Parts: sequence; C-alpha cells; structure tokens
Amino acid sequence: MRLELGNIFIKDVQFGAETKVENGVLYVNKEELIAHLQDERLATIDVDLARPGESTRIVPVKDAIEPRVKVEGPGGVFPGFVGKVDTVGSGRTHVLKGACVLTTGKVVGFQEGIVDMSGPGAEYTPFSQTYNVVIIANPVEGLERHAHEAALRLAGLKAAAYLGEAGRNVTPDEVITYDCPPLQEALKQYPDLPKVAYVYMLQSQGLLHDTYLYGVDAKQILPTFIYPTEVMDGAIVSGNCVSACDKNTTYHHLNSPIIHDMLARHGKDFNFIGVVVTNENVTLADKERSSNFTAKLVEWLGVDGAIISEEGFGNPDADLIMNCTKLEKKGIKTVCVTDEYAGRDGASQSLADSSPLANAVVTAGNANEIIILPPMEKIIGDASADVVDVIAGGFSGSLRPDGSIMAEIQIITGATNELGFNKMSARML
Amino acid sequence: MSDKKIRVVHYINQFYAGIGGEEKADVPPSEQEGVVGPGLALKTALGNEAEVVATVICGDSYFNENLEEASKTVVEMIKKHNPDVVVAGPAFNAGRYGVACGAVAKAVLDQLGIPVVSGMFPENPGVDMYRKYAYIVETGNSAASMRQAIPQIAKLVIKLGKGEPMGTAAEEGYMERGVRKNIFVEKRGSMRAVEMLVAKLNDQPFITEYPMPSFDRVQPGKAIADVSKAKIALVTSGGIVPKGNPDRIESSSASKFGKYDIAGVSDLTADTYETAHGGYDPTYANTDADRVLPVDVLREMEAEGKIGELHRYYYATVGNGTSVANAAKFAKEIAAQLVADGVDAVILTST
Repeated sequence: MRLELGNIFIKDVQFGAETKVENGVLYVNKEELIAHLQDERLATIDVDLARPGESTRIVPVKDAIEPRVKVEGPGGVFPGFVGKVDTVGSGRTHVLKGACVLTTGKVVGFQEGIVDMSGPGAEYTPFSQTYNVVIIANPVEGLERHAHEAALRLAGLKAAAYLGEAGRNVTPDEVITYDCPPLQEALKQYPDLPKVAYVYMLQSQGLLHDTYLYGVDAKQILPTFIYPTEVMDGAIVSGNCVSACDKNTTYHHLNSPIIHDMLARHGKDFNFIGVVVTNENVTLADKERSSNFTAKLVEWLGVDGAIISEEGFGNPDADLIMNCTKLEKKGIKTVCVTDEYAGRDGASQSLADSSPLANAVVTAGNANEIIILPPMEKIIGDASADVVDVIAGGFSGSLRPDGSIMAEIQIITGATNELGFNKMSARML
Repeated sequence: MSDKKIRVVHYINQFYAGIGGEEKADVPPSEQEGVVGPGLALKTALGNEAEVVATVICGDSYFNENLEEASKTVVEMIKKHNPDVVVAGPAFNAGRYGVACGAVAKAVLDQLGIPVVSGMFPENPGVDMYRKYAYIVETGNSAASMRQAIPQIAKLVIKLGKGEPMGTAAEEGYMERGVRKNIFVEKRGSMRAVEMLVAKLNDQPFITEYPMPSFDRVQPGKAIADVSKAKIALVTSGGIVPKGNPDRIESSSASKFGKYDIAGVSDLTADTYETAHGGYDPTYANTDADRVLPVDVLREMEAEGKIGELHRYYYATVGNGTSVANAAKFAKEIAAQLVADGVDAVILTST
C-alpha cells in the first residue's frame, strides 16, 4: 500500500468570507462551518480560534483532529464516520499541517483536558503549537452522556474533514511517500535486517472509554492487522473521555509517532513489517483472549521484535504486561511505551502491573506531578470550578481565586502521551 | 535570581551549636541570625551565590520526644526567614540527629514546599526513614568527614536555589530518594522506543526508563465458616458517596476516603447517593448506586438471615489514578477500623 502525504504548512488561522487556504493562512467561514455541523443532538454550536503564544485557555477539551482530505485513491478520511467504509491508506492525502480542530463544550465524562496556548502549561501539550479551530458544542437537554460523546466526536471529525477540503487543490509544501508492501513482499525486503512489528493498543474500557477502527467500537474487535498508512487517513478515531494526559486523540492517531519513527528507520536498522491493533477490554477473559491473539499475530508476522504502546493507565497496565510477557515468552523482544502514576510526590509505584520480562520501557512521565497554570486572558469553553475542580487531575480548590489552576499534569491534553509524541520522560531521583 | 542571593536556613542540633552534649540534648528549639558552628564552613563553601540567613537549633532528645510540637516550632522558625533552601545537619552517624534532620526535611517539604539538603552516613536510620524528603549527601560516620560533606551539600544547595533540574543520585552525589521526577529530554518517546528496540535486538546495552518493581502478593484470607452469622462491611473504590460528595473526594488521584453511616438505609437512590469517580460514565451509578455498592441486596440477605448483619458504615474512595501508596494508606486505616468494629468479612467493589 502506497500513500503520498502532501503537507500544506499552515502559519495562521483567521475567519473569512470563504473557507480556503491561501499563502499558508487557513481562512474559515464560520457560519458555513456551523451550518455544516448541525446535529439534532447539539443545542448550540459555536466556533472560535486559538493561536500559539496567545493568552488563551481552552477547557474542557475532548478531542483534537487534524484537517485532512483524500485527494486520490479509494475512500475518504475517517472511514466509518465521514467517509464510507472503504479501505483507506493508498493514493494521496493532503494535510493542513499546523492546523487542528479542538472540540469543547459541556463536560462529558470528567476526563476532558486543558490546552493553554502560552505559559508553562503550553510546554506539555502539542496543541499549544497548532493553529486551532475550536468547536464549542453543547448538548440538548436530557441527552445521555454516550450520545453527547458521539455527537461531539462526529462534530470534530466533520469539522476536520470540512476544513481539510480547503486543501484539496492546494499545492503541498512537501510530499512524503510511504510504501508499505503486502506481507509476502515485506518479508523478502532487507533480508539482513531484523524484522519488527508494532503492537498498537487502543483504549476500549467502555463507558466513554472507546476507540473506533473503521467505525467499529474497538471493544468488539479481535486483534487484527493494518497497514501503517491506514491510520494516516483516519482509520482509528478517538471516542475517549479518559484522562486528558494519556488519551490518544484522533490527531495523535493520524500522526502516530511510533509508526512514523519506525518507518523512518525501516530499511536502515530493521525491516518494519506491520501493525497489529488490539484493545484494552476490562474483563480478564477479554484480556487473555486479546493478548493471546496479539501474540499469535505478531508471531505469525515472523518478527524478531516489537514496540508495544499502551493507552490510558491502571486497568490497561494489565493488558500491556500480558502483551509484553506473551511476546517475550515467544522469543520476541519488546519495548513498552507507557506513562506513570507515581503519586504527587513521585514516591509511589508507577504502574498497576509489573513483570521482570518488561525490561525495556519508555515512560512519558508521571501524570500525577503538580503544575501551576497561571490565569489566561481569554477562556474558550468553561474554566469555572465546576469543570476545573472535577476533571481528572483536578481536585477541590484546583481553581484558585486569581484564576490560576493548581492541578496534576494529568489535566493537560496529551501531556504524557503513550504513543511517545512528546519529549517528556521521568527518572528516579 | 541572578543578582539576588539564595537564602538558606540551617538546622543543627545542640551539640553542633556548641550548647553541649548529651546532658543538653533536651533544649527546646531556638534560632539565631546568621551562621552557627558548621554553618561557618557552609557559608564559605556557598561563596557569593548563597547566604545562610539564620540557624535553627534543637536538642536531639527534645526533638525526638516532642516530635509534633518541636517540628511545628522548627518549621515556623524556618518559615519566618523565607528561605529558598534548607540545610539540615550533616548528621553523620548520629541516629537521633539524623532522624531529627529527616523529620525537619519532611515537615519543611510537606508544609513549605522548600527543598532540603542534608548529609548522613548511609547506615544512619534517618536515611531510610526520610530519604524521599531530602537530598541526603553520603558522609563518613563521624564529623571527621565534615570537610568532604560541606562542599557537596553547598553544591546541591546552589543547584536547588537556582531552580536548575536535579540530576540522578549517581550524577549529583546524593543517596537515591526513590522519587520519580519528570524531565524533558532531547528526543520524543517514540524515537527513544525505536532506539531502545534497536539496541535490544542487537544485544547492545540499553537503559530502561522505568525499572519494573517486584510486587507484593496478598494471600487470600480464610473462608468464613458461617456467613449467616457474619458481620459484613462494604468498601468500594467506585466512588459511591452521599449526594453532593460531602468529603469532596477527587474524581481522580484520590487523596482521601469517606466513611458513611447507612443505618436504616435499604436502597441507594438517585436522590441520595452518587459517584465521585471520574473514570467511567457515571450515568448508571448515579441512577442507582446499588449497582456499585450493593446495599439493597445485602439488606435483603440480612432480612432473610443469609448474612448476619450489614456493618453500619461503608467506606468509599475513588480508584481512578489513585497512587498505590495512597491506596495502601487508606486500606490500613479502614482495615484497622473494621477490625475494631468486629467486622468478619468485607465485600470490596471496584469499577
């Protein structure tokens, strides 16, 4: 499968009479976008903009989505939601690189996050560096939470696809080609190099902790194989209200960093054969079944090593350790990517499960570490104590009288991303 | 900070203050402006970058025998001088002095949020008791090693005073605190993972960023011989609290648990109970909290004589992102109360 990604670098975002990209500026026709997002489940929809360096706080942020458009090849972006359920990942896709859609509004499940566009909090989230089109949508009265989540999820995807359309006929600033051959061909490549795979764990604990693969709730899948380029067209979509710091937003999936960094070293240090996606269901039988299937598929790919990434924490730590130990016992060398909940003082045990076979671990940091976020001049969404004190990572008194926030970095969207998106780590002092 | 000196308060015992030995170990806390005793060497080692603004002195016996009150007074005295860093000791192998330095460090860190540097011989009991609260430089077992210890302490004081990121124990020369600290590094996590995998595949050395701990395993308790006579309690990490969450238990990373009286309660309703838990869709728990904390079923079983009785109180916290250390602390307190109340068995519910 061969995909050309055409990156159009976005250097500013403004409202305008027409939605278009011109000289690196994304112009947004606000009324047209709002009209495009109409949904009987949503009572109000508004749009605002946030740029890097501004004194702006966006809270509670549910999802982040990068605007993309399918220019050539089968299907459309976000198959199963916006596009039909075609197999995506080939042809050509244009990306508004540097632009991002953020969804906010009434809190859905206590686990939406904060994005600060400047100040100390900005260092922890990638979305302080993007030109953000913020969708502020509130549900109709009496809408159940799962329906609220679905409506907000779809609004974000539709907004990203709508904005992506503006890049359809724009000449990209760079075009990167990804070539991912079928298994039989892949195995013949680079015979002298070790073969590797990626085990991509998707949050699927349920009750607002869901991820979708081609529109299917990941709870309902058995581990399966996908081409790396499929994720670049939005085959994996976040439906999560898990803690903001380590949920993989749809933006993270589109730019899945382990996939990109493995592709970058493909043919140099190893032969990257492919990706196994698996879930993180809550019952022991599900965990056993999924980790067994994962180990079986990875073994079937005939690889020598694998990187395993987790999403979330606590309960999924068990899935991570099962995947790791089952692969290691088959003689497949693993590296695990996780984050830590070591307590505010950093002195507690970091994970809920453990194994001596998990001897190669990359950590994205301790989510419990405390940060103070200074007040911001502009708030998009709702920064009252009703939100800030109750979303995960906040506590009673998090919102202080001067508008500053004292909270765990858990509260910041993407702060301890377990796909290894950030440069943060933790070490023992 | 560049033109402003780092402010240091120094804590020492009666011996190093020149008040006296064991016979004077009962002197209560006192304070003096500027340096006293080993503070002079510390002042020299700190040079122009930092200044010892005050010294707080307490007898070792007094401190250890009046732990709460002494530590409160010492913290108040320290706070008054508005320090950037506190130095305690060095205590070498003096056990009670080491414990006092450690307790001062804990109180200063917990209450004032100010970092503390100390110095001790590795076998000083103060090291194991308080290592996580202070940067403790390793010293020899007696004051003969003062000359080596002081410059090392001064180096850490300046580093902390300037707010520079602290290196690992091996890099900086203190005894490992066992505390995880976030750090920004050069490469993103995915690249670090790829490089670690390449090293592992090629049997080259690599350093895991998180060494896995070995876990405690809890033996299951003995079965209850006759449940119909047992007093049964409910304990949950599912966050079920009286409506309004009176103890304001956090939705994640709980720092406390609640104890709630359910005498006369036979059913948890949407009007009376809810969940504080932020880790799941609360709709079903809020509609009927019995789904998480089955008071209704246990009351029926109590009426039918299937269980002896349901304990008058239930305990609840939020398990979402709550550190194991906090969970273990809650469990210890809850278990002690349950045992004291004659509870025979506990049903633990999670979500």
